[in-house]
Amino acid sequence: MPAAESYPDGLKYHREHDWARIEGDEATLGITWFAVDALGELVHYEPPREGATIAKDSPYGEVESVKAVSDVVAPLSGEVVEVNATVVEAPETVNDDPYGEGWLIRIRLTEPTEVDDLLDVEAYRSFLGEQ
Amino acid sequence: MQTLQRTPLHARHAALGARLVPFAGWEMPVQYEGVIAEHRAVRTDCGVFDVSHMGELQVEGPRAHELLQGLLSNDLDRVGVGDAQYTLLTNERGGVVDDLVVYRLEPFRYLLIVNASNRETDFAWIKQREVRGSDVRDTSEECALLAVQGPRTLERLGLPPGKAFTWLEAEVGGIECLVGRTGYTGEEGVELLAPADDAERLWDTVLAAGATPCGLGARDTLRLEVCYPLHGNDITPETDAISAGLGWACALGKNFTGVEELRRVREEGPRQKLAAFVMEERAIPRAGMPVLEGGEVTSGTLSPTLDVGIGLGYVPSQHAAPDGSITIDVRGRERRARVVRKPIYKREEREAIAGG
Repeated sequence: MPAAESYPDGLKYHREHDWARIEGDEATLGITWFAVDALGELVHYEPPREGATIAKDSPYGEVESVKAVSDVVAPLSGEVVEVNATVVEAPETVNDDPYGEGWLIRIRLTEPTEVDDLLDVEAYRSFLGEQ
Repeated sequence: MQTLQRTPLHARHAALGARLVPFAGWEMPVQYEGVIAEHRAVRTDCGVFDVSHMGELQVEGPRAHELLQGLLSNDLDRVGVGDAQYTLLTNERGGVVDDLVVYRLEPFRYLLIVNASNRETDFAWIKQREVRGSDVRDTSEECALLAVQGPRTLERLGLPPGKAFTWLEAEVGGIECLVGRTGYTGEEGVELLAPADDAERLWDTVLAAGATPCGLGARDTLRLEVCYPLHGNDITPETDAISAGLGWACALGKNFTGVEELRRVREEGPRQKLAAFVMEERAIPRAGMPVLEGGEVTSGTLSPTLDVGIGLGYVPSQHAAPDGSITIDVRGRERRARVVRKPIYKREEREAIAGG
């Protein structure tokens, strides 16, 4: 079942419709309900390699629906410590649970101060309102 | 910016929460609940597509047959009243101006159902070549067209069985329709042509009979699994009918526009062929991706039935034979694919897949 629209408190958001859950010097990254809804059912996830470095505001992976491909943009810079193998095997997990089981990667932050540039839930919601 | 045209069912699509997108100058539903669910509804039961954006041209008169026989690739002599035929409008180079289905309505009257994006081109093409005793009219505005497709279609609509590529007049929900035994999904099914004013009543009747509303997204995945070409992608005025694998729809023994060129290509053998392929690695091919052995992908998707990437593309003829291996450049990554015999999905495999 596709998830209902939600934007949890406590996450940091990026204007390219990514979220980050900050845990010390690591962060878990994924895409927001808004992005998932725009894409439709995900059928493919092309992740980065574990160990790869990703740069804030640059694509680090791709997600695909039946009809379209979309880059996933890094909200923060870091080194990839884990790729969610569940999503590689079953991309629809992102539709069902975008902020939980449907996370995309975990990174070790290389520029922790970048977190200050991200939006909190209120700011992200008002950004969505302007779209 | 050009305003998008709307079919007579636009309000119905909006009410169902369809995602509407621009397509060939029309605002059309790409999906309702989701492409995969809609695709499965058609493969296992019954789905309905609003295809009222397609064009309906009528050609009539005592010389209508002669006119069309000289413009269309397939042999119109084999089409009696009550029959329909897949055929091509070809140019002097043997390229495909459009692919269409011609219905013989009366001895001297034909209906051509053409692609939305080519309606004006086709009309002008035929009009310019009109002869005394033939008259071409564009009746698209007056018509609604619903494609009702899937193994339970006839049962759900209460229609009698019939042969593919025939048509009959029948009432559906009290509405007089031209019922064509045609479609673009590889399943049993019909296309219902009705007056535009009756479109909403007909749509409501078909939904009440249990058909799942389906959008252009599922229409594309369904046709690609059975390797029906999409004009503008897989076949164009620049690609000839033989290389596209549509020689079966070309009566090379008769005279029609471009026949000499098509005979030459058949004689010499095409340099490139439109091949069907299945990805052997996890990746979804898309139109425009290069094939490393030469050529490019012209259509690609994830097959909802087979759950792998599938596609059509022009490849050098020596690589086009079934079981050959090709490599697709998927945004900079090399991904292997295997050329397969068309169609990629065969109806007989349904039980095996449903059971597996």
